[in-house]
Amino acid sequence: MSIVTVQLGQCGNQIGFEVFDALFIDSHCPQRLSSKRENEAYQASCKERFFSEEENGVPIARAVLVDMEPKVINQTLSKAAQSGRWKYGQHSSFCQKQGSGNNWAYGYSVHGPRHEESIRNLIQKEVEKCDSLSGFFIIMSMAGGTGSGLGAFVTQNLQDQYSNSLKMNQIIWPYGTGEVIVQNYNSILTLSHLYRSSDALLVHENDAVHKICAKLMNIKQISFSDINQVLAHQLGSVFQPTYSAEGSFHYRRNPLGDLMENLVPHPEFKMLGVRNIPQMSENSLAYSTFTWAGLLKHLRQMLISNAKMEEDSLKESCITDVLEAQRTVVCEKRIDWQIRPPLPGLPSLSKMSLNKELHFNTSIANLLILRGKDVHSADLEGFKDPALYTSWLEPVNAFNVWRTQRAFSKYEKSAALVSNSQFLVKPLDMIVGKAWNMFASKAYVHQYTKFGIEEEDFLDSFALLEQVVASYCTL
Amino acid sequence: MVTVRRSALAQPCDGKLFPEPGEVLSYGSDLRQRRDLRSPRPLGELRSCARGIQRRRGFLSALSGQRCSMTQSVIVQVGQCGNQIGCCFWDLALREHAAVNQAVLIDMEEGVVNEILQGPLRDVFDSKQLITDISGSGNNWAVGHKVFGSRYQEEILEKLRKSAEHCDCLQCFFVIHSMGGGTGSGLGTYLLKVLEDEFPEVYRFVTSVYPSGEDDVITSPYNSILAMKELNEHADCVLPIDNQSLFDIISKIDLVVNSGKLGTTIKPKSLVTSSAGTFKKWQEKPFDAMNNIVANLLLSLTSSARFEGSLNMDLNEISMNLVPFPQLHYLVSSLTPLYTLADVNVPPRRLDQMFSDAFSKDHQLIRADPKHSLYLACALMVRGNVQISDLRRNIERLKPSLQFVSWNQEGWKTSLCSVPPVGHSHSLLALANNTCVKPTFVELRERFLRLYKKKAHLHHYLQIEGMEESCFTEAESSLSALIREYNQLDATKSMPVEDLPRLSVAV
Repeated sequence: MSIVTVQLGQCGNQIGFEVFDALFIDSHCPQRLSSKRENEAYQASCKERFFSEEENGVPIARAVLVDMEPKVINQTLSKAAQSGRWKYGQHSSFCQKQGSGNNWAYGYSVHGPRHEESIRNLIQKEVEKCDSLSGFFIIMSMAGGTGSGLGAFVTQNLQDQYSNSLKMNQIIWPYGTGEVIVQNYNSILTLSHLYRSSDALLVHENDAVHKICAKLMNIKQISFSDINQVLAHQLGSVFQPTYSAEGSFHYRRNPLGDLMENLVPHPEFKMLGVRNIPQMSENSLAYSTFTWAGLLKHLRQMLISNAKMEEDSLKESCITDVLEAQRTVVCEKRIDWQIRPPLPGLPSLSKMSLNKELHFNTSIANLLILRGKDVHSADLEGFKDPALYTSWLEPVNAFNVWRTQRAFSKYEKSAALVSNSQFLVKPLDMIVGKAWNMFASKAYVHQYTKFGIEEEDFLDSFALLEQVVASYCTL
Repeated sequence: MVTVRRSALAQPCDGKLFPEPGEVLSYGSDLRQRRDLRSPRPLGELRSCARGIQRRRGFLSALSGQRCSMTQSVIVQVGQCGNQIGCCFWDLALREHAAVNQAVLIDMEEGVVNEILQGPLRDVFDSKQLITDISGSGNNWAVGHKVFGSRYQEEILEKLRKSAEHCDCLQCFFVIHSMGGGTGSGLGTYLLKVLEDEFPEVYRFVTSVYPSGEDDVITSPYNSILAMKELNEHADCVLPIDNQSLFDIISKIDLVVNSGKLGTTIKPKSLVTSSAGTFKKWQEKPFDAMNNIVANLLLSLTSSARFEGSLNMDLNEISMNLVPFPQLHYLVSSLTPLYTLADVNVPPRRLDQMFSDAFSKDHQLIRADPKHSLYLACALMVRGNVQISDLRRNIERLKPSLQFVSWNQEGWKTSLCSVPPVGHSHSLLALANNTCVKPTFVELRERFLRLYKKKAHLHHYLQIEGMEESCFTEAESSLSALIREYNQLDATKSMPVEDLPRLSVAV
C-alpha cells in the first residue's frame, strides 16, 4: 500500500526532500549481508510505498508540495530533479506568492478556504496513482504560518474527504529559544486542531535533533540541511519496509495502519516520538561495532529517563564515548542510570506535579524496529517489563517488535524506537505556559483576530491542550 | 517631490532572474543637485513631472528566467531627503542583483553592465518632462499635507494605481521621507492615509528620518509631531532614523579606514556606506554615505524575500512578529558589520562580534540604547554564510544581557538568507521593538512644547485652510499616549516574572 506525502511550508518541503532522498538512497544502498532477492523485495516494497514510476524509469515521489510562496518549492523541485535519482511530479506542486506571514490565522482562515479545491485536486490526483492507499503523511512545522495553519486546515479537509484513510502528521517542534516570536500561539492552535482531526502526531524537536548533530555527528557549523538529514534518517528507519512475519520475504503492506495499530490504542494519546540509535558521522561509523544487547540496553534507558540528548542533567547518550574507548560496552557513566521503574507499593514518581522533573517516563505503547545482522538474536525482555507501561495496558499489547534482516543505510545494526509516552509532556507544558503568559497580556492577538481567529478559539485550544497534558501526566 | 516607483524586487529562480527596473513616475526637483543638508534650502521649486514613465525592456527581459514569480514592493520617495535616500537604494539594489547574476553577465563587457546600471538611473533623473511649480512647502507640514495633499492626490493616486496594476502581487509600500521638513513630512504622511484607503491589504513600511538635536529648521518640532500622529495611525511599521547617529557611524568608519593600523585594511566596497563605486558619477559627500546606510537597511529588510535561504522571512512576517500591539510599531534598527576587513577567513569570533555589535548603542540608526531598555521583540535577519548553529550560539550568548518583557521572554524572530550584500561574506540586520525608542519621542515632545508655548511661527500653519490649534493639541496627545505606553512597559522592567495560574481541567 502507498503513502501520499503532503509537504507544507518551507520546513515541510525542505524536510520532505531529505526524507525521499534518504528512502531512495537506502533502498538502493548495496547490502552485502542480504540476498539479491531480499534486496529486490525491499526495493519493490519501498517503491510501492513512496514512489511511482515514469516512462523513462525515473521514480517519482508520491508527494504533493504546497507552499504559499514560491522560493522553497522551486528550490526543492530543482534539487530533486538535479539529483538524477528521483524527482517530484511535474504538476504536483501548488504555490502562491505572498506567504502566510507566520500567521496561523492567515494560513487557516484565508489560504485554507481559498485554495481548498486546488490542493484537494492535487492530492486526489496523487491518490489515484496508488493501487491502494495506506494513508497520508503530512510534514509541517508548528511555528510558522503555512505549515501550521494551512497544515491544520488540510488535515481537517483530509479527514472529511478520506475518512477511511489514516493520517499521520510529522510535526516539527520549534527551538525553545525561538525562531518565530508568535510560535507558541501558532503551536497551540496547530496542536489543538490536529488533535481533533489527525490520527497520530509524530513529533521531532529541533532542539533534540540539533543536539544529535552537535554531539553525535560532530558537525561544527550545523545547518538546517544537517538537521533535516538526521530527521530524514530517523524517519527512514521507521518507514522503510519491515518483514511481516518472522523470517519471511514478505514485507508489511500497510505501514501507517500497522504503526497506528501498535502505537495509538486510545484517541486521547496521539503523540509519538522516535529515537534511533546508533547515529553518527560516517567517519566514526567505520570504526565502530555494536551488539544488540548494548544498543537495546541503551535505548531502554533513554526511553525511561526521557533522554533525547538533554545536556543539563547527565542524560546524554554516549556512543561517542564508545568510539573513543574503542569498546563495544556502552559507557555507564553518562546516562542517568539512577532512574528506575517504580517499584510496586511505592508511590509512582510519574504522578508528581509538573513543577518537578518528570523523572520516570511511562509509556502507553512502544514499537521497536530492528534492522540488520543477527536481528533475531536480540533479547527484548527489558522492554516487556510491566513497570514501563501504564497500568491499563498489558505489555503484550503495549509492546511490539519488528525485526528485519536487511540493514538500514550504512548501519550494520540499527534500532528505532517509536513510542507513545510521556516524553512530550514537559515541552508541551512549556509551550502552553508561554502561550498562556503571552495571551494574558493580549500581545499579538490583534494579528489573529484580524483574520477570524477569536479569543475564544485560543481558549478552546488552551483547554484542549491542558487536558492532553493532564491525561498524559496521570499515566 | 514624490517619486513613485515599482520595484522589481523579484526573487531569482536559479539565480538567473534579473529584475526589471521599475517604472518611474517622478515628481521632483533635479536630483542630481546634491545639497548639503545643513545649507538653507530654497523655498521654491517644487517641480512636478508629468508622465515620466519609462520601461526598460528588451535586453533585460531577455535575461529573465522562465519560472519567475514576483512579490513586489512599491517605493514612494517623498521630499528631498526621501528622494536622495531612494536614489541610493536603487543604486544598491541593481548592484546587488547584478552581483547575484554574475554568471549571466560574465560575457558582457563592463560597458554593457554600466549601461544597465546607468541607463535607468540616468533617465530617471534626467527626465526632460519637468514642470516647475513656483511655490514650495517652505518647511511647513501644513502646506505639504493639506495644500499639496489635496492638490496632487488624484494624480498621485493614479500613478500608484498604475504601479499596483503592474504588480503580480503587491506586498508592501515603502515610504521614505524626513519628519522635520514640509514635503516629506506633510505630503509623505498624507500619502499614508491615501495608501491605507486605496490599498488596505498592502503593508505600509515607513522609513522616517527624525530631526537631530542641532537641526537648522526651526519649525521641525511642529512638522515632526504632526507627522507622528499620522505615523501612529496609518503606518504598519516605522523605522526611525536620525542623522546624528548616521553621522556618528560614518565617523567611526572613517577612523578605522584612516587609522592605518596593522590588520585594518578594509575590503573595498564592503563599507555599509559605500555606493555603487565605479558606477556612480557624482562625488560622494558625507550625506551620500549616510543615505547609503539607510539604503542598505532597506535592502537587507527585503533580502530574504528576494533571495533564497534556509529560513525565509517575508515582509509580512516582520509586522506579524514585531508588532505586539498596533500602536507600538516603531522599530529600532542596526546594521552590522559596518565594514569587512580584508582578511578573507572569518574566524567564528569575528562572526560573533557581528552579533554583539548589533546590540551596541553605537550601531543603532537612532540614538538609542537597547541593552539598557526593555525588549518587546527582536528580529535578526542574517545574510550570507551563517548557519542555524551560529545564530543559536549567539542568541544564547547575548540573551542574558538583554531584558525582555515578561510575556515575551524568548521573543526572537530569526531568518537566514544565503545571499550576502555585495562586498560582504555575511551581514546582520537587527530590528528591535524596544522601549529605547522612547527618549526620541520624549525629546520631540519637549521641543514641540517649548515652541508651542510661545506660539512661535504658529501663524504659518494656522493660515492654511484646514489647520487649527486642535491639530496640534491632538498631535501632542497622540504622542503623549504613545510615551505613556512605553512608560508602562518600562515600569515592568525589574519586576520578577511570575507564571500566571493556568486553566485547570478535570481529568
